[in-house]
Amino acid sequence: MSTAARTRVRLATTSLAGCFGCHMSFLDIDEHLFELVELVEFDRSPLTNIKHCSPCDIGLIEGGVCNAENVHVLREFRAQCKTLVAIGACAINGGLPAQRNHIPLEACLREVYQSRAGLGASGVPNDPELPLLLDKVRPIHEVVRVDYSIPGCPPSGEAIWKFLSDLIAGRTPRLSHPMLHFD
Amino acid sequence: MSKQFLFDGRPVPFEDGQTILQAARAAGHYIPHLCWHPDFPPHGSCKLCIVKVGGRHVSSCAMPAKEGMEVESNTPEINGERRALLQMLFVEGNHFCPSCEKSGNCQLQALAYDLEMVGERFAHFFPDRPVDASHPDVLLDFNRCIFCELCVRASRDVDGKQVFALTERGIHKYLVVNAESGRLGDTDFAASDRAADICPVGVILHKRVGFARPIGSRTYDIQPIHEVDMKERT
Amino acid sequence: MRSHEISSSQIADVVNRHHRLPDRLLQILIELQEPSGWLPPATLTALADALGVSRAHVEGVAGFYSFLHTEPVGRYRLLFSDNIIEHQLGSRELMAALCSKLWVEPHKPSEDGLVSVSTTSCIGMGDQGPAMLANGRPVLRLSHQRINQIAELVRQQVPVSEWPEAFFHVDNNIHRRDAMLQLDLAPGAALQAALALGRAEWMRQMQLSNLRGRGGAGFTTAVKWMACADAPGADKVVVCNADEGEPGTFKDRVLLTTLADAVFEGMTLAAWAVGARQGLLYLRGEYRYLRPTLEAVLARRRSAGLLGRQILGKAGFDFDIEIHLGAGAYVCGEETALLESLEGKRGTPRIRPPFPVTRGYLGRPTVVNNVETLAKTCLIALEGGAAFAATGTAQSTGTKLLSISGDCARPGIYEYPFGVAIERVLEDCGASDTQAVQVGGAAGIMLASYEFHRRIAFEDVPTAGAFMVFDSSRDLFEVARNFVAFFAHESCGFCTPCRVGTSLLLKAMNKLADGHGAKTDLADIEWIDRLLKNASHCGLGSAAPNPVMDTLLKFRPAYERRLRSLDFAPAFNLDDALAAARRASGRDDAAAHFSADHAPR
Repeated sequence: MSTAARTRVRLATTSLAGCFGCHMSFLDIDEHLFELVELVEFDRSPLTNIKHCSPCDIGLIEGGVCNAENVHVLREFRAQCKTLVAIGACAINGGLPAQRNHIPLEACLREVYQSRAGLGASGVPNDPELPLLLDKVRPIHEVVRVDYSIPGCPPSGEAIWKFLSDLIAGRTPRLSHPMLHFD
Repeated sequence: MSKQFLFDGRPVPFEDGQTILQAARAAGHYIPHLCWHPDFPPHGSCKLCIVKVGGRHVSSCAMPAKEGMEVESNTPEINGERRALLQMLFVEGNHFCPSCEKSGNCQLQALAYDLEMVGERFAHFFPDRPVDASHPDVLLDFNRCIFCELCVRASRDVDGKQVFALTERGIHKYLVVNAESGRLGDTDFAASDRAADICPVGVILHKRVGFARPIGSRTYDIQPIHEVDMKERT
Repeated sequence: MRSHEISSSQIADVVNRHHRLPDRLLQILIELQEPSGWLPPATLTALADALGVSRAHVEGVAGFYSFLHTEPVGRYRLLFSDNIIEHQLGSRELMAALCSKLWVEPHKPSEDGLVSVSTTSCIGMGDQGPAMLANGRPVLRLSHQRINQIAELVRQQVPVSEWPEAFFHVDNNIHRRDAMLQLDLAPGAALQAALALGRAEWMRQMQLSNLRGRGGAGFTTAVKWMACADAPGADKVVVCNADEGEPGTFKDRVLLTTLADAVFEGMTLAAWAVGARQGLLYLRGEYRYLRPTLEAVLARRRSAGLLGRQILGKAGFDFDIEIHLGAGAYVCGEETALLESLEGKRGTPRIRPPFPVTRGYLGRPTVVNNVETLAKTCLIALEGGAAFAATGTAQSTGTKLLSISGDCARPGIYEYPFGVAIERVLEDCGASDTQAVQVGGAAGIMLASYEFHRRIAFEDVPTAGAFMVFDSSRDLFEVARNFVAFFAHESCGFCTPCRVGTSLLLKAMNKLADGHGAKTDLADIEWIDRLLKNASHCGLGSAAPNPVMDTLLKFRPAYERRLRSLDFAPAFNLDDALAAARRASGRDDAAAHFSADHAPR
């Protein structure tokens, strides 16, 4: 490993119960991508093919926590990343997936697997390959300690870039009008 | 010579009977508020307008201005507490901005922008609050209620109808309408009522106009709430 | 449930008896609920029509008070007093035993509608608990034997009015008397003395006495009276605050039982001083059983010329007293919430200023005084202000009634001159091995043993009268948690910090109690405490964090030993969050659990 590579900030990203919209927005930083690759090295991320997180400086989490697998991934990120960042509405308050929270989980599952035509009333699958759902979709700060948040659905590429460049430069990241928005 | 007090170190003139918030606002100083409305007497429930006077916290919307007061408002300490009060309002209800028609026109959201509330800190309550779509022209989405009682007050004091009231208490408190069925459609509420246009958040929504103005080009998308509020002074 | 519906003629009767006045709404609701125990939706609608107010308003008021029910309840409503002292005497075990004997779940009416078993905030019987309210009547000294009897009486559907008298016997338990409790007042004697002084001189004697409010806040009574006397408006009001809801307090109950004449005479003395014609005594719903005797005392005083027109023959001195009932809302002890409640509304504290002395009951100048404060004015009338001020301390004159409960040999009422040291009180009530004392109830202050030299006085340890003793076997975290649950239950929900903050605080305390807490939760708790203290609308919210702040400061290990992590722990139990999915899928393999979640870190 070259000296230059070692001084770069190691960054991991993932999407839990999200839509990858925040990742798309991340790519929308356009020409800043060239600056970014000078500053960071990607670890586990949909942008790489790395399956598990190594020790990192920054972890970006998109999406809320809706199932057991989300919990495991989130815990891995927390254990490996010095700084953990919630990115987007779902990571911050559960977002659209959390709008199932007022419906009892059993009713949700029954509706999908038993009442729906086309699934052959097969019943709720009993398959260890499928992660079990949590009774409610939770924001990530209710499962692990979170250091920063970037709101938005998704946050703009501009906001993500402002945040990351602040963080990497050692400034406390601040987002204000009009970069700070929740929709 | 008119009386004055100090607001964050700057002199603010006032007349007897004015509250701290009224006098500060008249002088061009914004104090965050949600339940206060210029057309109604102070309510004092949201507590966003807290300021410190002589080391004591008071609600500036309700506290009469007094000669020589030293008022602290726009300080890291008070803004930190205001941010926490906003976080309490966010976790208490179900505030999913991306799917809310009021996004961009919502005062709760706009204040969160102004006070740089980026996360929600506390654990969510995720209450179950079914929506009421029974009225032909207006929808009620109780998930977003912040209990400012502006609709209660407008309906009672302006419309003369008493369509709304709060019942239960504490964290279980909720908004009810004036019908045994509990449905807005069974009340005499009209889309032209003052109460139909007073909600600072997205509880009371006119049907069929929600996205007339696209998200991103709405009131508080364009201008922060402290500027809008100053502009709205007459 | 249709059979329980209240007929329109019944509604009309009650409404007419209250002169169709909307400000009687709470009293009307209490009466209408009497026959069936709850208020069906149609009743609320009919009542709104009869009073000419909106149904939403009626629903809002009915929903506010714990003792008003808008959903069916059991024909027997058994409510265990949820006071920590009674927990320590086994009330929760007794409640569980009763539930299992009656085959009911707690907090849920039985399917046949026969019985509901639940809890209620402290009912003011801490010296003779565990206690419960059975259809509103206090049943004392509960034991397993008594619980068995109650279960049998309920099963056989014996009306509560026919239960053994011994169940309902309330002891006064007065163990130490001073000026107040030694008073043997001939009805009218204090009034006679004050009238002889003349109004100005009577007020001067009140000033000399330096009497301060016994409800806890300690405002100088004469100042309050003078402000009311000077306020514009002829139709002044005197209100006696008998909404003794502070957990662990019961001295007003004993005063109303043993010295009702002095309380009413004190109200009349206040009326004479400020020029009031109307008096209201707001009696907490839990003390409703006292109402018949209080009404009898009022009737006696009327026929003796001590109430009504031209009191004691004095031309122009007209004053009468009416009793209003509360219905289970601690916040109504706050004087402006109490005024709202007297006006038949939700008990939401008002914005101050204006203060009640200028704009109180129905906008009229109003004096609101505590039961004990008013009773004490009789001593001043009889013996003069200077004599009254001769006891106690310079800033806290006279005596104070303490309601002592908890780990001591002789719980009950003790009257001391102000300035008495905590250790002296502990010795007198037979407390040993005392770890902590909670003075002033849930909203008060917790003192550790190194503070027992401190004194009961407004300038040192102020109190409305509660004095709860905890010996070294007690877990003070659980004490604080009980108080936090109390405040969360009693928050009116008006302001953001109290409505949300008390519930967040309870969540955090429950998380610690369940063994899922982390160091970050302690930081959250301290942050919520600060918001409650600084930003709340009234004293309930700003006092709500007191027990937690005190115990965190003085008994921090009680929290620390519950922590699972010195860093962070999830806000909820992860493994429990998978339970529904496990049930639905039939899975129970290792991957269907967060087993590591239970391992201590």
